[in-house]
Amino acid sequence: MSTTQIKFYQVGSFAVGNRLLREDERSVQSDPERTNALTSGHRACQGCGEALGARYALDAAMRATNDQLIAVNATGCLEVFSTPYPESSWRVAWLHSLFGNAPAVATGVAAALKAKGNHTTRVVAQGGDGATVDIGFGALSGMFERNDDVLYICYDNEAYMNTGVQRSGATPPAARTATTQAVGAKPGNVFGQGKYLPKIAMAHDIPYVATATIADLRDLEAKVERAMTMHGSRYLHVLVPCPLGWGSASCDTIKIARLATQSGLFPVFEAINGEVVASSKIRKKVSVEEYLKLQTRYSHLFSPQRNDEVIDHLQRIADKNIERYELMGE
Amino acid sequence: MLRQVEGSKAVADAVAACAPEVICAYPISPQTHIVEGLSALVKDGSLKNCEFINVESEFAAMSVAIGASATGARTYTATASQGLLYMIEAVYNASGLGLPIVMTVANRAIGGPINIWNDHSDSMSQRDCGWLQLYAENNQEAVDLHIQAFRIAEEMSIPVMVCMDGFILTHAYEQVDIPTREEVKTFLPPFTPRQHLDPADPVSIGAMVGPESFTEVKYLAHQRMIDSLRKVQEVADDFERHFGRKTGGQLRSYRTEGADTVVLALGSVIGTLKDVVDELQLDGHSIGLVGLTSFRPFPFHALAEALKGAKRVVILEKAFSTGTGGIVTQDVVRAIEGMGIKDFTVIAGLGGRPITIASLREYLTNAMQENVERITFLDLETETIEKELSKERALR
Repeated sequence: MSTTQIKFYQVGSFAVGNRLLREDERSVQSDPERTNALTSGHRACQGCGEALGARYALDAAMRATNDQLIAVNATGCLEVFSTPYPESSWRVAWLHSLFGNAPAVATGVAAALKAKGNHTTRVVAQGGDGATVDIGFGALSGMFERNDDVLYICYDNEAYMNTGVQRSGATPPAARTATTQAVGAKPGNVFGQGKYLPKIAMAHDIPYVATATIADLRDLEAKVERAMTMHGSRYLHVLVPCPLGWGSASCDTIKIARLATQSGLFPVFEAINGEVVASSKIRKKVSVEEYLKLQTRYSHLFSPQRNDEVIDHLQRIADKNIERYELMGE
Repeated sequence: MLRQVEGSKAVADAVAACAPEVICAYPISPQTHIVEGLSALVKDGSLKNCEFINVESEFAAMSVAIGASATGARTYTATASQGLLYMIEAVYNASGLGLPIVMTVANRAIGGPINIWNDHSDSMSQRDCGWLQLYAENNQEAVDLHIQAFRIAEEMSIPVMVCMDGFILTHAYEQVDIPTREEVKTFLPPFTPRQHLDPADPVSIGAMVGPESFTEVKYLAHQRMIDSLRKVQEVADDFERHFGRKTGGQLRSYRTEGADTVVLALGSVIGTLKDVVDELQLDGHSIGLVGLTSFRPFPFHALAEALKGAKRVVILEKAFSTGTGGIVTQDVVRAIEGMGIKDFTVIAGLGGRPITIASLREYLTNAMQENVERITFLDLETETIEKELSKERALR
C-alpha cells in the first residue's frame, strides 16, 4: 500500500489562498475567478463541516469538468440550508428529488446525457450518511452494481442531523444521539452495529472508492479530481463534523476532523477496483480520548466518572483501523 | 397496417415509435412483456439513442425517470400493482416537479392477499398523485393513448399514466394498427422541456418551499390539471386527424340517446358492457353506456352533458374505498349534482374475477328498476360472507 502525499493548504502564510506566495504557488481559493458551486448566503450552522466539504468537493468537480457538471442532492441538511425557495446557493445545475433516491436520480441524469450524445457533462450525486447508508442504500448499491457513470459523495456526520440528531447506520458506538441517549446501563449508541460504507462500496468492485475529511481539503480536492478522470461508479466518503449534533465548538470542526484521522478512528484511504492502494499516514498519533473529549455526544464517557471500559473499546477500534489500513506508515 | 399482436408488444412498439431516450423498469406481472419488448428493441439497435436501465426497484425506476426527464430526455417506464405502490414517493415527486414522464400501469390488484390478476385498485390508489390517468378500452386504444400521452405530458409538463387492464389487455392478441416512427413524428414533435438541468444555464430544481408559497405551488398544479382536460381532448382530436381513429379524449358515449339508464365504466370491461347494452336494447330496454377515458383530469362538464336526460347512472368500478364504496362514484356524483339522476355503484372484477355478460345482464335488469342497493358487489358469495361474519362477530 502506498502513501498518499500530503499537500498543505496554508504554506508559511495565514492568508486565504496563500496570497503572499508566488501566483503559481497559491491555492485556487485566492483566485477571484475560481469555481463557486455553493456560494455564500446559505443557512448552514456556524462551523458546518458539510457546507465546507460540499463546496470544496463540488468546486473541484467543476474545475475537473470545465464547469460541465450536474449535481443531484438527497434530502437533508445540505439541501435544506442551500435552497430555501426562492433562494439557491448553488451555482451549478442542481436537482433535489427525495431522501432515498439520489443515486437513482443521478443514474437517470447520466442516462439522459448519454442518450443525447453529451459526453462532456458529468454527474455528481451527494447526500448525508442517512441518505447514503440507510434510506438510499438500495439505490446506491444498484447504481454501483450497474457501474453507472456517477461520482457519489457521502458527507458523513454520523447521524440524522436535519431531523434533530437521531442515530443512523453510520453513528459510531457510544455516541449520544436523540435516539441513543446517554441513559441506562450502556449509554449512547451500542457496539457491534452500524455499517462502514466504503468497504461495502469496494465489494461492488467499482473503479474508485476513497475516504477524506475536511481537515485535509487538498486531499479532498485531489480525490474528487482523480475520481473525475474515471468513468463508472465512484464513491467518496467524507467525514464532516457537525457542531450541533456532536456538541462541539464551531471553531473546532476542522480540528475534530483532524483528530478523527490522527487517532485512527477515521481511516483515510483510496481503493481502485475494490483494492486499497494508498492511505494517508498518521503524522502525530493521538489517543481517541483527545478526539472524544471535544464532543458532548461523548461527555457521558467522562462524567460523572471516566468510563475506562468504553474508552478502551473505542481505542481498540482505532488501533485496529491503524493496523488494517497501515496508517502508521513503514 | 393491422397486425395480430399481443397488447404488451403493441404498446412496446408504440412507445418505441415515440422515440423515448431513457426507459427504466423493474419487472412485475403483468407489465413484464412491455419492458421486455422495449429492452429487445434497444438492444438490437432498432430503437436508437435510447438508454434502457434495468433498475433494482420500482422506487429506483421512477427515480431514474425523474433524473432523466429533468435532464430533458423523453422518459418512459411501466409498472403495476405493488410496484406502483413501491414507487409512490417518487410518483408524487415527478408530478410535483412537473416532469412529463409517461408510465404504463398494467392494472393489477393490490395485496394482501397477494393477487396478480386485474382490477383497478393500483391506479385508483394514485387518484390524487397529480398525474393524468387515461384508461384504455382495448389494445388499439392502449397503443394510441401512449402516443397521445407523450404529447399531452410534454405540452402540459405533467406526467401521464396510461392504464391498461393487466392480462385482459396486456396479454391479449388482437388486431392492432401501430403507427410507425415516421407517422408518429408528424404528430409528436421533439421534446422541448420547460426547464432542464444544463451546465450552460444552471438552475436549481427541487428547492424547499415553505408555508408562504406552498399553497400557490399546489394551486398551480391543480389549475394545470384542470387545464389539461382541454388538452386531452385537443390531442385526441388531432390524433384522429392524423390517424383517422377516434381514440382517447375525455369520454365516449355509446347508444345513450334517450336512455333512462346509463352505465359508466373504465377500461376493458367497456367491451363487455357494449354487448350487454346491445342485448338489453334488443329486448327493448332503455339503456346506454359511457366509457370514461380520462379519470384524471375528471371531465365533470362532459360527463354532465353525456348524462343529460338520464334517470339513473350505474357506475361499474374495479376498485373501491374500503368502508366507503366507489371511488369514481364520488366524482360522478359531483358531476351530476342537481340533475336529479340517481346513482348506483357496482363493484366488479376484483382480483381478476371475470365479469360475465350473464351477471351484468342480471344486475342491470334489476338496476334499471332501481331494485338494487346503492352499492353492489357483483357475484358476491353471500353464503361464505355470512358464515365468516357470524364467526368474526362472535369473537368480538
